[in-house]
Amino acid sequence: MSARRRVQPVAGTIAWLAALLMFFPIFWMVLASFKTEVVAVQTPPALFFHPTLQNYSDIFARADYLHVALNSIVISFGATALAIVIAVPAAFAMAFYPTLHTRGTLLWMLSTKMLPPVGVLVPIYLFAKDVDLLDTRILLVLLYMLMNLPIVVWMLFTFFRDTPKAIIEASRIDGADVRQTIFHVLLPLVMPGIASTALLNIILCWNEAFWSLNLTSHDAAPLTAFIATFSAPQGLFWAKLSAASTLAIAPILVFGWFSQRQLVRGLTFGAVK
Amino acid sequence: MSTATVQGPAAQRAPRGRRLGGAVNTLPLVGPSVALLLIFSLVPLAATLYYSVIRYNLVNPMLHGFAGWSNYKFLLRDPTLYQSLWISVVLVGEVLILTVGGGAILASLFEANFPGRAVARVLVIAPFFVMPTVSALVWKNLLMNPVNGLIAFILRSLGLNAIDFFANWPLTSIVVIVAWQWLPFAFLILLTALQSLDEETREAALLDGAGPIRTFLHIELPHMGRAISVVVMMETIFLLGVFAEIYVTTAGGPGTQTTNLTFLIYQRALLAFNVGSASAAGVIAIILANILAMFLVRAIGKRLDEQ
Repeated sequence: MSARRRVQPVAGTIAWLAALLMFFPIFWMVLASFKTEVVAVQTPPALFFHPTLQNYSDIFARADYLHVALNSIVISFGATALAIVIAVPAAFAMAFYPTLHTRGTLLWMLSTKMLPPVGVLVPIYLFAKDVDLLDTRILLVLLYMLMNLPIVVWMLFTFFRDTPKAIIEASRIDGADVRQTIFHVLLPLVMPGIASTALLNIILCWNEAFWSLNLTSHDAAPLTAFIATFSAPQGLFWAKLSAASTLAIAPILVFGWFSQRQLVRGLTFGAVK
Repeated sequence: MSTATVQGPAAQRAPRGRRLGGAVNTLPLVGPSVALLLIFSLVPLAATLYYSVIRYNLVNPMLHGFAGWSNYKFLLRDPTLYQSLWISVVLVGEVLILTVGGGAILASLFEANFPGRAVARVLVIAPFFVMPTVSALVWKNLLMNPVNGLIAFILRSLGLNAIDFFANWPLTSIVVIVAWQWLPFAFLILLTALQSLDEETREAALLDGAGPIRTFLHIELPHMGRAISVVVMMETIFLLGVFAEIYVTTAGGPGTQTTNLTFLIYQRALLAFNVGSASAAGVIAIILANILAMFLVRAIGKRLDEQ
């Protein structure tokens, strides 16, 4: 595409400056995580300093950190696994056996995603309180699964729909039955699609901060809620905040870089490709 | 949740799928997803509507019984409601201008060929993957703190006065943080849209002597038109729900200067335990979101028919 075009130095320079500016807050945070608390707040800010790993060992030494990290992992992976298991059959059926209701069902699912979470905060909170699910992982797993189910169904639907028709027809002509076609031809074809759907969903769950702040306190608090505790004035240690933040976002930055392309597909419901 | 439906002849046509052959009962396959979403959307909605017409305060059990419209009457006479709606509109509007404008310009720049483009693109996208509590606290402390923050240092080195961002411009400060998080989203979608612009149009413009700015304004921008409308609608829906950034930086203050509708409902529900009033405000939030969702669902439905 544009690889054929010649190099444009002016546009390139501006683009690189913009890129460095956008990334700077993250770079600055990672840098601060290797400073001592004193160096982190000093003026003028230190660009060169004696790096320390003290903040990281302090964070790990906090009894609750591993618990919080584990909560994030369990909640986002649990919710994603559940959503995939429920959504794959639905997306498969809608892509390969469309009925008169398929289009309406897909669009209705999309519209449920538009519900503002705060609009149902009261009933969900009261329900969780009544059934003793406040501050439990299972509550967040269920909520995140339901919250993202429309996105998961849609993404999987577009992947199933876009599988090359010719390969599937060829296997039919070769005498494969429906079961064989699904397991030996279709599934390997859509596996990358399922993987990237799962990846995007894990990212969305990992960073979710409305329900996690409102429905958890200590036992089930994931990283988003843990970081929020640094907003209290007595907890304001910049170097430690930076170290905890770096740990919290590092895995998801890596995941995110892998799923750049699928992000567009997932978050625009196929409206932009 | 939305009651938005798409009318017209297209609504009766199933999307073109590819049959694998064989008669399959799709109900057990589609059923679980539909049932779960139906319960998840209808039950809480019905409960919100119910709570909005009763007297219910978690800290005052003496209050009970049918309230009729009184929760709505009190709410609609309350100036903080209108203020919070206005703050929501300003927040969404300003972030949209920054992200769509910045995203379109960046997308155009990244369409050019230059060394290290893939790496630079990754750097631009990175903020989108930072959890909201992290980005808000890093901006508020490391960058915007009036005494030790980096921006204060830069201003002072230039001989200017340091600015206490969150005291003087609390809403603008939140807008900056939220825009930083959402610019990558707009950028990525607009870049995807721009990549479908065919090379011949571009070359024709170049031959006709159009410079980069005129190419951007007259060729690239119109080409991104539909993608921009999708970005605007998606972002609006997400941005009306901005919560964590306010929660960890200003907690709605100073006063109520950064209390958007989402934060107002949170305060009424979980800080004041006024279930009736919070639910009435929740109903208003749902109605607003549904109006927006109607347009978005229609746009996406059109796209579905074309494929």
